[in-house]
Amino acid sequence: MSGNEAIARGAWEAGVAFAAGYPGTPSTEVLENLAKYKEIHAQWSTNEKVAFDEGVGAALGGARTLVTMKHVGLNVAADPFMVVPYAGTNAGFVVLVADDPGMYSSQNEQDSRYFAKIAKVPLLEPGDAAEAREMIRAAFELSERFETPVMFRTTTRLAHTRGAVETAERQEAARKPFSRKASQYAIPVYARFRRPELEKKLEALREFAESFEGNFVEEGDPKIGVVTHGIPYQYVKEVAPQATVFKLGIIYPLPERRLKEFCARFDTVFVVEESEGFIQGEMAGFGILNVVGKERFTNIGELSADLVAAGLNGTSVPADLSEDVAILPRPPVLCAGCAHRGVFSTLKKLGVLVTGDIGCYTLGCLPPFDAMHTTFCMGASIGNATGFNKAGEDQVVAVIGDSTFLHAGLPSLVSAAYNKVPTTTILLDNGTTGMTGHQEHPGTGHDLKGSPSPAVEYETLIRSLGVQHVEVVDPWDLDATEKAIKSGLAHPGPAVIIARRHCQLLPEEKAKEHTSYTVVPEECVLCEECFETGCPALVWEDDYPHIRQWECVGCAMCARLCPADAIVLASEA
Amino acid sequence: MPVTNVLIAGVGGQGAVLASELLALAAMAAGKDVKQGEFHGVAQRGGAVFSHVRFGDRVHAPMARRGDVDFLLALEKLEALRYAHFVKPGGTVIVNDHKVEPIRVGDQRPYPDDAIEFLKGKGFNVLAVQATEKAVELGNHRTANVVLLGTLAESLDIPLEVWEATLRERIPERLLSLNQRAFAAGRGLSGA
Ligand SMILES: Cc1ncc(C[n+]2csc(CCOP(=O)(O)OP(=O)(O)O)c2C)c(N)n1
Repeated sequence: MSGNEAIARGAWEAGVAFAAGYPGTPSTEVLENLAKYKEIHAQWSTNEKVAFDEGVGAALGGARTLVTMKHVGLNVAADPFMVVPYAGTNAGFVVLVADDPGMYSSQNEQDSRYFAKIAKVPLLEPGDAAEAREMIRAAFELSERFETPVMFRTTTRLAHTRGAVETAERQEAARKPFSRKASQYAIPVYARFRRPELEKKLEALREFAESFEGNFVEEGDPKIGVVTHGIPYQYVKEVAPQATVFKLGIIYPLPERRLKEFCARFDTVFVVEESEGFIQGEMAGFGILNVVGKERFTNIGELSADLVAAGLNGTSVPADLSEDVAILPRPPVLCAGCAHRGVFSTLKKLGVLVTGDIGCYTLGCLPPFDAMHTTFCMGASIGNATGFNKAGEDQVVAVIGDSTFLHAGLPSLVSAAYNKVPTTTILLDNGTTGMTGHQEHPGTGHDLKGSPSPAVEYETLIRSLGVQHVEVVDPWDLDATEKAIKSGLAHPGPAVIIARRHCQLLPEEKAKEHTSYTVVPEECVLCEECFETGCPALVWEDDYPHIRQWECVGCAMCARLCPADAIVLASEA
Repeated sequence: MPVTNVLIAGVGGQGAVLASELLALAAMAAGKDVKQGEFHGVAQRGGAVFSHVRFGDRVHAPMARRGDVDFLLALEKLEALRYAHFVKPGGTVIVNDHKVEPIRVGDQRPYPDDAIEFLKGKGFNVLAVQATEKAVELGNHRTANVVLLGTLAESLDIPLEVWEATLRERIPERLLSLNQRAFAAGRGLSGA
């Protein structure tokens, strides 16, 4: 089982009845796996804050609840995350947050552990899939015992590492009735009274941390002491099996007395932690200063057994072979037939300023398109475009995916419509959440469990905001796409172009019969115009462009760009 | 039993992750402690993808250390170069003799066509396999990953029955016979 599968299994065993989240690598598979259990109502929500709010309701209503998100998702859900602890919970409420050290598929490398400290909620972190399964149950018990949300932190490495995991049967958790006490749950009115309660709870949690079984010491060499957590624990065991190790399972609040006792046994103690020096900082706050931590273990990127060995021994990590040979970088590319390609090729041609968003289409900022000039976080494109317009830029296009639009783009479009901002928004409706691996969303017509759902009608929705210029195009049709974008830009008010064509990797698209194109070498003038598509089906072979038939899905974009008409339907060649 | 370290690398869409999952499942079925740490960032095609599979009596870290990998299985030549520094001195590199040009972002140097010679020159035990050609011949280029896995299987201490059972368990019915043929073809290419 992968770490994510193990967490889903453990949550099911612990009697979880409701689970909600929004996709985000590396958290996505937790909810996808929960959806396979019939006892659990699992759903994709429009964004992480919505999922969190739904989770709060379910947990107060008495159902054990898990909400899932990647680290940046917690930023979106931060508002309720900071307030709900003032109330606490009724049934167990666990918030799974997956950090991505190394930024394998993320826009930043934030260490979400600090959130737990700000919100004053306990934070647990497992070290492998087997431990994750057990610890998620402990998280629910902890949540109910102290009536607090519990943050459960994982990282990419934990989420996507497979290992052997034992399993057990599900234990149903009885629904706990909700008692209507405004003085506990209507926070803005009663916050002053709840504030000292929160502090009392934290004090009790500190005491709990001292005896939590997820913290343990493995005795070894009495001269080498290591404090560690999560995945870095595995690296320590790998490279320094002889060390005396204090493995932390609860990261906030930390067991102060136990750490003081442990560290007093050594001259210096290594604190091996990934990302920031969170544990080290807390320990410094306790007055434990005989430690070596971030001085030796970088806060940038993911740790590894090599980096941990280097930090412990003061040695360096062997280099790769890039000194001797051209190890060219290999960024991902838009797939053959990707619906986004036609939009970016057109935007490049028009030369307009493009504010972008997060998804597969973020690749529009790379060659051969270079047609996206800003990208930050989900939903930012439309607001950024408004700002550029206010700063005096008159030809601005915002590009946003369908899932991203529903997640956080909609409020910005409402603002743009309300303020009559003459920008053009291109909504890339490829019928799926592509980047994270094809999750359903409110625009696709299906829910997480695969049953039919109403699909958002974008045209009606957007018109209802007061946007008068709304046009739908097929991005495989380059002429129509260019015409539509130009007319959007010419429109004096806000305009929205919906570029609609399914992601070619969706199973129903893959199952279709495709036409394909081929290059006629006698006609080819070797101008390389076709490579301006950046299509992975096109390769150089025997000194000519060649189209790999198995990749080509027949979008015809290369044929459209070829000035010599040397690219033709394979069936007619 | 010491830990065996395998690193599988390729281009997104080539099936590096599936190959490593098959290997991890087979090793587990053969009674070994296994950790498989994979990188699968985004759904799109074309980026560099890698996965570590480690098995033995007791495995801690999900990824092998540099210079500790026994077998590098590369589905593409440039990707073999990218991870070769993980391979032990004299370790084995099984490389698909297949080239996928990367999209150019800044670095304009030519594709290293001499990758296989280069790796031989570094003292690795290099096995160049025409896996994609073989897979196309069998009817689907996408099974190059399983062809290579067959080649690797010849060097590992996992019984053939376990491999066969793993393929049956993990590969969907309609693709099973194709993959079985790919695996068998790969075994035939090991030169063993
Ligand atoms: C707050 C937040 N939640 C989740 C993610 C993970 N994520 C990155 S792109 C993306 C969705 C992209 O889907 P869509 O907008 O439909 O574009 P596509 O990839 O299909 O082109 C998600 C969920 C994120 N980056 N930020």
